[in-house]
Amino acid sequence: MTSRESDRGYRFVAPAIVLLSFITVYPVLYVFYLSLHRRLLIFDLSRFVGFENYLFLLRDDRFWNALKNTVYFTLSSVTLELLAGLSIALLLNRQFRMKGLIRAIVLIPWAIPTVVSARMWEWIYNTDFGILNYITGIKVNWLGSPVWAMNAAVFMDVWKTTPFVVILLIAGLQIIPKEIYQAARIDGAGNFAIFRKITLPFLKPVILVVLIFRTLDAFRVFDAIYVLTGGGPANTTETLSIYTYKILFQTLQFGYGSTLSVVVFMFTGCISIFYIKAMSRGVR
Amino acid sequence: MIKKAWFYISLILVVGYCLSPLLWQFITSLKPDPELTRLPPVLPQTPAISHYTAIFKGHPFLRIILNSAFVATSTTIFSIIVGSLAAFGFAKLRISYKAVILGIILSVSMFPPIATVSPLYIIIRALGMRDTWWALIITYTTFSLPLSIWILTNFFREIPDEIFLAAKVDGASSFSIFYRIMLPLAAPGIFTAAILVFIFSWNEFLFALTFTSTEASRTIPVGIALFPGLHEVPWGDIAAATIVVTIPLILLVLVFQRRIIEGITAGAVKG
Repeated sequence: MTSRESDRGYRFVAPAIVLLSFITVYPVLYVFYLSLHRRLLIFDLSRFVGFENYLFLLRDDRFWNALKNTVYFTLSSVTLELLAGLSIALLLNRQFRMKGLIRAIVLIPWAIPTVVSARMWEWIYNTDFGILNYITGIKVNWLGSPVWAMNAAVFMDVWKTTPFVVILLIAGLQIIPKEIYQAARIDGAGNFAIFRKITLPFLKPVILVVLIFRTLDAFRVFDAIYVLTGGGPANTTETLSIYTYKILFQTLQFGYGSTLSVVVFMFTGCISIFYIKAMSRGVR
Repeated sequence: MIKKAWFYISLILVVGYCLSPLLWQFITSLKPDPELTRLPPVLPQTPAISHYTAIFKGHPFLRIILNSAFVATSTTIFSIIVGSLAAFGFAKLRISYKAVILGIILSVSMFPPIATVSPLYIIIRALGMRDTWWALIITYTTFSLPLSIWILTNFFREIPDEIFLAAKVDGASSFSIFYRIMLPLAAPGIFTAAILVFIFSWNEFLFALTFTSTEASRTIPVGIALFPGLHEVPWGDIAAATIVVTIPLILLVLVFQRRIIEGITAGAVKG
């Protein structure tokens, strides 16, 4: 290819780069700048305070509580989604009639808005008229109990996002060569041995990809819990994103709120780096 | 034989698991108010569409649906235009540090929205764009770009270089090659990306919640989350509203499941 100016692609990528710089990169720098200020939106007050907000954060019990809740939510929902997703993927990865329709049905929870799913589950969990208490024959205030509220949110999230895991894992299962399975069968390997020795190792890269997407998504969870419980009861379901949102837009403390934003950003950055390292180790 | 029976039983369980919350919401939407606070019976005794008429009469629900439709459609168009230009550049043209730039663009999709919402709010307020469609369209277009660029770059790469080079020899400019030859060939990819971007913008909540304040620009997720209730939560109306806004998505999934699955797995499995 000649190196004429017209061969270069800069003009083509420029609009995307400009948009991304203004709407994502610049705000990330700006949010760090804000986090070094004491800024109250209502009084138009802004004062440079250095790392004072960060020092306050270390002593802020509500931050540590939100971090604990976020980690609990992330670990439990991602684990359950992976297990449920793996079971369903193995089930659907066969030849049967109406396969397309069944896959489409499995996709539905993924496609509906998270807010809609939160509203649906809020009604299902309703203490007096909820179908869950009716079916189980017990009377639990799922969303009002500090013990159950977070688990109720986890269960809802598992319902909503398992389809995503299923789709990726099925794609992973389909690239495993059929001959390997046949050879193992001939050698007399049982179902469990085949799963452990063939399926899992082949699936490992895809599982890692699933884990990256799901962990990052679960860690920044907002809509699902905000609509389901609003962070209650007694902040037991308040995650980092919800706490940050409340500080920013309910108390209008844009300085400290931005500090929380920066911290969420750092955490997701660390999670991404951790997984990318794990992946490149797997490739080698 | 027994094995086969187990297989179908599990299949039915999975389908039930995926559909029953939605089904319950549909049943709820058909129950008149007095029946909502009675359980059993599970099924509506006198099914009524009163909740469906109520949401269109009493609330600005139609306006909210139109907002969402306009925002999601515009976002999809812009994201595809900007995204396909960039993807063509990355797939077929010479750009220094291509891999690095592409990597940075993809890493943007990992940004937590909460980390950018406060500065974006300040910028949007300063530009006087609060409570407008454009605040959402510009934000959504940008945040969906990594996805469109990634899906489309993969599609453009699969188009043989010879086609591009042959047109080049004939003296066509890069842009006319892109527009006349590449774009039509990548149509399936464009379609896939468009569906995913549309679903993303139809469902997004955090930015919509912070950038909108009235029904002038409020979108469906915000409308559903802040569903007005005078004294008690209007469960029947909410159920009807959620069913109405979910129907377009269910249709999309049923008709285009292949495309959607292709889109979800495009980056993840190849990359």
